[in-house]
Amino acid sequence: MKVLVPVKRVVDSNTKVRAKADETGVDLANVKMSMNPFDEIAVEEAVRLKEKGVATEVVVVSCGASSSQETLRTALAVGADRAILVDCGDADLQPLAVAKLLKAVSDKENPQIIIAGKQAIDDDANQVGQMLAALQGWPQVTFASRVDVADGKVKVTREIDGGLETLEASLPAVITADLRLNEPRYAKLPDVMKAKKRPLDTTTPAELGVNVTPRLKTLKVSEPPKRQGGGKVADVADLVNKLKNEAKVI
Amino acid sequence: MSTYAAPLNDMRFLMNEIAGLKDILALPTFADTVDADTVDSILEEAAKFASEQIDPINIIGDRKQSPKWDSGVVTVSQEYKDVYKLFCENGWHSMPGDPEYGGQGLPNLVNFAVNEMWRSASIAFALCPMLTMGAVHAIEHHASDEIKKKYLPKMVDGAWGGTMNLTEPQAGSDLTAIRTKAVPDPSDDGAYRITGTKIFITWGEHDMAENLIHLVLARLPDSDPGLKGISLFVVPKYFVNDDGSLGERNDLICSAIEHKLGIKGSATAVMSYGDKIGAKGWLVGKAGNGVAYMFTMMNHARIHVGLEGIAVAERAYQHALAYARERIQGAIIGDAESKTTPKPILFHPDVRRLLMDMKSRTEALRAIGYFAAGQMDIAKSADPAVAKKAQAYVELLTPIVKGWSTESSIDITSEGVQVHGGTGFIEETGAAQYYRDCRITAIYEGTTAIQANDYIGRKTAREVNKETGDVGFTARALYKDVAAFADELARDAKLGDIGKNLQEAARALIDATEWAIKTYGPEPQVASAGSVPYLKLGGIVLGGWLLAKSAQIAQKKLDAGATDGYLKGKIATTRYYAKHWLVQAGAIAREITEGGPSVLGLDEPLF
Repeated sequence: MKVLVPVKRVVDSNTKVRAKADETGVDLANVKMSMNPFDEIAVEEAVRLKEKGVATEVVVVSCGASSSQETLRTALAVGADRAILVDCGDADLQPLAVAKLLKAVSDKENPQIIIAGKQAIDDDANQVGQMLAALQGWPQVTFASRVDVADGKVKVTREIDGGLETLEASLPAVITADLRLNEPRYAKLPDVMKAKKRPLDTTTPAELGVNVTPRLKTLKVSEPPKRQGGGKVADVADLVNKLKNEAKVI
Repeated sequence: MSTYAAPLNDMRFLMNEIAGLKDILALPTFADTVDADTVDSILEEAAKFASEQIDPINIIGDRKQSPKWDSGVVTVSQEYKDVYKLFCENGWHSMPGDPEYGGQGLPNLVNFAVNEMWRSASIAFALCPMLTMGAVHAIEHHASDEIKKKYLPKMVDGAWGGTMNLTEPQAGSDLTAIRTKAVPDPSDDGAYRITGTKIFITWGEHDMAENLIHLVLARLPDSDPGLKGISLFVVPKYFVNDDGSLGERNDLICSAIEHKLGIKGSATAVMSYGDKIGAKGWLVGKAGNGVAYMFTMMNHARIHVGLEGIAVAERAYQHALAYARERIQGAIIGDAESKTTPKPILFHPDVRRLLMDMKSRTEALRAIGYFAAGQMDIAKSADPAVAKKAQAYVELLTPIVKGWSTESSIDITSEGVQVHGGTGFIEETGAAQYYRDCRITAIYEGTTAIQANDYIGRKTAREVNKETGDVGFTARALYKDVAAFADELARDAKLGDIGKNLQEAARALIDATEWAIKTYGPEPQVASAGSVPYLKLGGIVLGGWLLAKSAQIAQKKLDAGATDGYLKGKIATTRYYAKHWLVQAGAIAREITEGGPSVLGLDEPLF
């Protein structure tokens, strides 16, 4: 059984990001980039499925600039078998375009399971997995915290507001990984050294026949308003008055 | 509390632009092993491991659960054990080893950068693999194939630890005083029985590894009373059977561990060999060569201790910076706005100065260290002229990297405490640990005085070309290059001010060097009295030289359209260094050339 895992190169989670001065986006110049943490969890789960003998091959795919190769190598170093880069240059990729690209890759690769991160920490869209399942006409199970595959079906536990929900889906299916699905491993040095030797194929949106033209327009990206200094209230009556008439919260 | 983040920008820049990574990767030894992309991935993964796994246990070994001794058994915290296990499993322990025994065969330069990360995260923890690899190299280079096969694979992968046993209570810097004895085993099986006490044995006993392989310097009966009478023995804690399994316990015990100022996370053992029947040991190489074998590893070991200084300085800087960014205290002089909108102490000019000092000096030290580490690789070049020059640089720079990085780290970590104000004096802030931990680095593996003596003597005044009679030719040629580069930079439209200060500093170093060469023979005591200032001068000027080279490269990149803030920062830190450190060179040169007699000017009874 083949498992396909889409991975995204995003701003490192420890980085403090800033909006660009012209408010057109986030300033990414010289910022440390890493694999989206939810995608790390997805890769780990796929590798574990392979180690359990459930999966036979783990293929990772990334849509983005050529620098996404580094992210793919990171996945290869923790156990993915091969990688595909959909080289989109500097294109502004939006969730639907990514979902279409992944569908095109999936049509060629024919995986039984696609495990994606539930969302990317840069735009927090939380859409690609769902859109991809819809485009494929496959079942989708999002926010997985446990995955068991058996007899052509997958049983997935998801964390919901009231507790845990367990769903079963037939394969092929799209699963999106939540934070507590697993704890990703550290890459071992010998595997880091071998990662370079594993196959990494490159394709493009044109080769896949996908139009990635943006459909959404970003009006502006701005910093959150600066916090204003607090003030002292004279007594409880003053506080209630301010909450009622100035803050208008009660 | 701050979290360590490896300074990957600076590491990559130095490796690529200053240390010659590209040329090194093209050497036949490495061409098939590793490429630049893989080096990058290795650095990224190591950085992650250092920050997430090793950095958090540094405080545990120091203040929460230091190694405990009970009846010869040393127990470390569970956290240390867990991280050690993962460190080994993930292949980091074996990284510097020979591929024949499970290592990766990477360039020394790459090992160096990765090792900086381990040491920044925790010197105490990193000492354990460092000592084991030291023992591995000694066995690799000098022991019989039988010993190599028996011990190396398990030592390289970290299942067994290795230790170096040189010091005895009466034999510290002077190894001729060693008294530990080795006599042929009565059974005449080729082994020896060893008796004696060794002290200051780093990680001499612990429970992270299942066996410990001690390398012990000892004297054979009727041997030469000097250094040539000392031999090296491999003495395992548990005997190793022919099938590789562990046998009985050898007659050796850790009789105590020391209470130390710093690196408390590591166990520093007093080792008693042969209290009952004599600890069984096997001779490494030839009898009488023990000290020589140790010295073949000296450059490597000393440069790595210098790296500890660089690493802990970096960690202290990051810690102080994090505090200076969040601590709010007082309005900023000359900044009216700060009275109403408070700013953190980073905006106080003197806190700025402290942090700038820490940053620029650390980067200068790192530049020398990485340059030297790169030269160790280039010394393996197939071109004998290239190899010879590189090896000469390694020899010359080793005492500087060791002596000056470690001495500077004491200042830099002290500045880190200062940034914290009163809380820096309180252990909870963590700034004090770096100050305590680095203190040993200027002492072990040859004190600063020993480094300075090596630098002014063997590496300079006593370096003689037998054919031409030239003295101190490596140092003279290098400093001439530095001066020529300074002349070039002094004409630079943007960096000319840095170049001018480097010109003056290079002149001071050249003058002091000529003085040293002239004085060393006729007035050895005067030269020796000036040796530590001379080491300091060499360190300051060579650090300034490599910073200035970096600034020149950074400026070229910026002129070509690069926008990287790192490059702008490199120029700013270099300028600070030129204005604050290179200007001291002239005064230090006078201290060296004029100050020697005054050191010896007070008659002994008047002290």
